[in-house]
Amino acid sequence: MKKPLRWSVGFILLAMCLVFTACGGSKNEPTAATGGGSTDTTASGNKDDGGDTSAKGGTLEAIKARGKLIAGVKYDTKLFGLKDPTSGNVEGFDIDIAKALAKKILGDETKVELKEVTSKTRIPLLQNGDIDLIVATMTITEERKQQVDFSDVYFKAGQSLLVKKGSNIQGLADLKKGVKVLTVKGSTSAKNIREKAPDATVLEFENYQDAFTALKAGQGEALTTDNAILLGMQKQDPNYVLVGGTFTDEPYGIAIKKGDAEFVKTVNDLLKEMKDSGEYDKLYEQWMGVKPE
Amino acid sequence: MPGKFDIHVLFNHWDRFAEGFIHTIEASVLALIGSFVLGVIIAVMRISPVRALNVIGTVYVEFIRNIPLLLVVFFFFLGLPSLGLPLDGFTSGTLGLTVYTASFIAEAIRAGIQSVPTGQTEAARATGLSYIQTMLHIVLPQAIKIVLPAIGNQFINLVKNSSILAVVTGLDLMYYADLINSDTFLPLTVYTIVAVFYLVLTLPLSFAVHYMERRFRSADR
Repeated sequence: MKKPLRWSVGFILLAMCLVFTACGGSKNEPTAATGGGSTDTTASGNKDDGGDTSAKGGTLEAIKARGKLIAGVKYDTKLFGLKDPTSGNVEGFDIDIAKALAKKILGDETKVELKEVTSKTRIPLLQNGDIDLIVATMTITEERKQQVDFSDVYFKAGQSLLVKKGSNIQGLADLKKGVKVLTVKGSTSAKNIREKAPDATVLEFENYQDAFTALKAGQGEALTTDNAILLGMQKQDPNYVLVGGTFTDEPYGIAIKKGDAEFVKTVNDLLKEMKDSGEYDKLYEQWMGVKPE
Repeated sequence: MPGKFDIHVLFNHWDRFAEGFIHTIEASVLALIGSFVLGVIIAVMRISPVRALNVIGTVYVEFIRNIPLLLVVFFFFLGLPSLGLPLDGFTSGTLGLTVYTASFIAEAIRAGIQSVPTGQTEAARATGLSYIQTMLHIVLPQAIKIVLPAIGNQFINLVKNSSILAVVTGLDLMYYADLINSDTFLPLTVYTIVAVFYLVLTLPLSFAVHYMERRFRSADR
């Protein structure tokens, strides 16, 4: 009885050693890889000045030479970039913005290659040059501006309220004592609404679908989270509408490799053109179900 | 970090733990009383000689006992409002618990009563006692020693099942545990503390059940 126990203890210790060494190893790996990568760039820069300029200033030239635009987009985000499991197509507001960019640069909106990115992978992929730009529900922040350049705001994201059509709640100010506001457990939205509407009762659910079901069942007067999610719900059931605008500021921008002012300008020009021509409003309405504010 | 046990969580979030604990106790006590009363009624219907009552009792037990508790609670929380009767999370959770546990209690009582040999009833009726008198003086006193531990077990289950309130924003211990966890990111600590809170309620019940079992067994000898 004792012997097998001792054996198993030894085995567990051995397994733990392996796990720890493995963790240590993987921790070192990325540093080594980045180190290697940076030496590589300097090496090529030294070797060939022409190559250096094209890497630094010429995303636009690179796209034209390649004949297609490579855009990093989300594959799992409703309304913005979602892969349709049956057709395999990726569709959404972000996707259409990327297509419009391809049309402006290359004259053909089909000349765009979509690459799936997540919030974690998108900046490294951009910096490595695997993608030309990021159109992936990316909030412009000061911290991120250290690493990438941003276009002008193309979507004003932020926390908002969803209520039943005709509700007497029309904004934050109506969230008085006794009003039940629904949200999701542990979300930033829950924290924000407690600060902004301290008198209201905040009820937190397991997930957004549960919270929306509860709102429909009349278990609360308003549902609060990011407007991008609420817009999806409003699209799903038009009896529920967003009110009061956004009360947190998380503007989405298109991210571009740092230092490529020419490309940033191209993207900004396009956004302006789209807004002026009404194409932006059309796209917005197509995906969000409502006109932009 | 997530593996670290940090007892300060208990003190820093004491007010929320306490509020949750109180709501868990309230829901448990209310459902305990409610389910016992309802369970007795259903059990009486189940064994009653009146056929219609019998059918109602059987349908209740077999229907409620064989669906998930979550479904019963969702019926009160999400279903009733569409019929024009909105109940808050705490109320619908407690009602769901009551209705659900009552079906098990009814079965425990029925099994206990039917374990008393029919000869007892027949003899009592032959001496001129009425049906009610037979029940009260002959059958129930004998059934109770089988019934009580079984009901005790159901009460233990009830206290544990009260965590269902967390899903319908019932403001119970488990609901606040989830919130505290998402504030602290110390799941091991938070849920261990919560386990202790539940044990404070269930262990005494468990000991009571053991005590009853031992006492009734020795009384038989």
